[in-house]
Amino acid sequence: MKRRITILLFLLSAYNCYSRTITTSPAVSIKKAIASAKDGDTIIITKGLYKEGNIIIQKTITIIGQSNPVLDGDNKYEIFTVSGNNITIKGISFQYSGYSAMNDYASIKVIDANNVTIENNTIINAYFAIHLSNTSYAVVRNNTIKGSPKSEQLTGNGIHLWKSNHALIENNHIQGHRDGIYFEFVTFTTVRNNFSELNIRYGIHFMFSNDDVYQSNTFKNNGAGVAVMYSNKVTMQGNHFEQNWGPSAYGILLKDISDSYISGNTFFKNTVALHLEGTSRIEINKNIFKENGWAVKIQASCNDNNFHENNFIQNSFDVGTNGSLVLNNFDNNYWDKYEGYDMNKDGKGDIPYHPVSMYSMISEQNPSTLILLRSFIVSLLDKAEKAIPSLTPENLADTKPSIKAFTL
Amino acid sequence: MLKLTRYILYDIVRSKIVIAYTLFLLTVSFSMFRMEENSGKALLSLLNIILIVLPLISLVFSTIHYYNSYEFIELMLSQPMSRTRIIIAEYAGVTVSLLAAFLIGAGIPVLIFSPTDTGITMILTGLALTMIFTSLAFAVSVKARDKARGIGSVLLVWFYFALIYDGLILLILFGFSDYPLEKVTLALSFLNPLDLGRIFIMLKMDVSALMGYTGALYKDFFGSTAGMALVTSVMLLWIIIPVWVAVRYFKKKDL
Repeated sequence: MKRRITILLFLLSAYNCYSRTITTSPAVSIKKAIASAKDGDTIIITKGLYKEGNIIIQKTITIIGQSNPVLDGDNKYEIFTVSGNNITIKGISFQYSGYSAMNDYASIKVIDANNVTIENNTIINAYFAIHLSNTSYAVVRNNTIKGSPKSEQLTGNGIHLWKSNHALIENNHIQGHRDGIYFEFVTFTTVRNNFSELNIRYGIHFMFSNDDVYQSNTFKNNGAGVAVMYSNKVTMQGNHFEQNWGPSAYGILLKDISDSYISGNTFFKNTVALHLEGTSRIEINKNIFKENGWAVKIQASCNDNNFHENNFIQNSFDVGTNGSLVLNNFDNNYWDKYEGYDMNKDGKGDIPYHPVSMYSMISEQNPSTLILLRSFIVSLLDKAEKAIPSLTPENLADTKPSIKAFTL
Repeated sequence: MLKLTRYILYDIVRSKIVIAYTLFLLTVSFSMFRMEENSGKALLSLLNIILIVLPLISLVFSTIHYYNSYEFIELMLSQPMSRTRIIIAEYAGVTVSLLAAFLIGAGIPVLIFSPTDTGITMILTGLALTMIFTSLAFAVSVKARDKARGIGSVLLVWFYFALIYDGLILLILFGFSDYPLEKVTLALSFLNPLDLGRIFIMLKMDVSALMGYTGALYKDFFGSTAGMALVTSVMLLWIIIPVWVAVRYFKKKDL
C-alpha cells in the first residue's frame, strides 16, 4: 500500500514537472509545438515571421510571443482558432488574416471557451480581429487593432463578442474596422478604457446585450458613433464621445433600451450627441453636452427617461423631438441658452426653460432649412415662438433650470 | 486722390459719429465677453451685431455722409479733378473709417478674449461686410435724388438683405421641399452677402450640426480651395459692382 502511494505521488509530481516550456522559431513550426504540448504547457514564439495557415488550439496552454513575432495569414487563413479552457495568448503580432464572405475569419477566433485571456497583441489588416463566440470569463486587454477599412461588407469588427458572458474588455485601441466593438447576446460584461476611432460604422455596437457596463472609453470620429439597441440594464459611465459627424452619426444611438444609466459622460462636437428612440426608464445625469449639433434628439416614443444635472453648453440645438407627446422629465439641468432670472436666489431659474426651439422643429421636417440657422428671420421666428408657442411641445420644459453650470 | 481721401477722413473723424460707433462696438463687445461665462456665447451675440447692426450702420452712415458732403463734392468738382476720382476718394474715406472703427471696436476684444478660428473668421467677415454695405450705400445714394429718398432706399436695402431675402429662401425651401435643393440654396446664398458671411461663420461655429444633412456639401464646398476662391471673388464682386454703378451714375449725373 505504501509503495502504491509512493508511486502515485511520484506520478503526480512527474505530472507537475511535465508543465514544460516549448520554444518555437520560424524553423520549428508552431503547429508542431502545439501538437507536442500537453495541458499546462507554455509555448514561447520567438521573433520572426510565421506563415502557417490556420492554427488550432484546443489545449490548456499559454502562448507567449517573445520580442514581437509576426503571424501572417496570407490574406487567406484564419490565424488562431481557440477552443477550450484557461488559454492565454500574449504579445503576438497578427497580420493579413483572410477574408471570406462565407465565414467570419478572424485573427484570433475563440469558440466555446472559458477563461481565455488575450493580451498585448497587435492585429493589423484583419477581417475580424478578435472574435469570441460562446465564451465565459474571457479577458481581452491591451491589444492594438488596426484595420484598413474598405466597405461595410468587406470589413469585419474589431472585437466581436457573440453569446458570451462575464467578459472583460479593457485598454484596447481599435481603429479602422466596421464596428470597433460588437456585442450580441453578451451579458455581465465590462468594457473599460478602450479607445475606438475611425471605424466605418459604430465605435461600439450593442445588440440584445443586457447587464453590461461600459466606462471611461473614448469613441472618436466613427462613422456613426455608438449604438445600443434592444438591450436593458446597460450602464454607460465616464465615456467620451467626440466628433461623430454625418447625416446619421450619433454620440450614442439608443433604440429600444430600458432601465439603464448614462452618467458622467462627455459629448463633444457630435452631429447628434444622444438619440433616443423607444427607450424607457433611463437615468441620464451629470453629463456634459458641448458644441454638438443636437445635444439630445428624443423621439415621442420614449417614456420615463430622466435628464438631471446635465450641462448643455454651446450646442446648436439643445433638444429636438418629432412630436408633441412628452413623457420624459428634463428638470434641473444647466442650459447656457436660458434667459430667465432667479428672484429668490435658490440657484434655480424662476421661469421654465423650453429646450426645443422652433427652428429645431422646422429643420427636423425640412433639413435643408438648416442653412438659414442664425439668420435674423430665424431668430425672429424663435422669439415669436417663445412668446406664443404653437409648434413646439409646451410641456417639454425644465421647470427648475439651474442658473450656474454644474461642476462635473 | 490720396490727399482728398485724407481730408475726408479728417472730416469724418471730426464729426464724431464714427468715434461713437467705435465706442459702441467696444463697450458692447467688452461687456459681452466679460458677462458671459463662455466666449462662445459672446461670439454668438457678436455674430448678431455683425449680421444686423454692422450693415445698418454702414449703409446709413455712408448715405448720410454722402449727402452731408454734397457741397464739398460740388466744390471739388469745380477743381480740375475727374469725377471718378472724387467719388472713389469719398468711398475710400468712408470705408477706411468704418473699417478702422470695426477693427478697434470688435477686433481688439475678439483678439483678447477669443483669438480662435471662429473669432478670426468673424472679424474677416465683418470687414468684408463693412466694405460691401458701404459700397451698396454709395450706389443707392448717388442714384437717389435727395437725402430722405436716399436714406429710405438704403433702409429698404438693409431690410431686404437682412430679412426679406432669407424669408424668400425659407418660402422656396418649403415650397419645393420635395426636390433636392442643396445646390440651389448654395447658388442663392451667393446673391446675398449677408448669407454668404453667415454661412462662412457657421461653418466654424455650428459645424457639428451642419455636418448633419446638406451641411456636408457646404463643408466640402467652402472647405476646398476652389470654393474659398469663389467665395472671395464673389465677395469682391459685391464690393466692386456697386462702386462701379456709383461711379457710372456719378459721372453722368447732373449735380
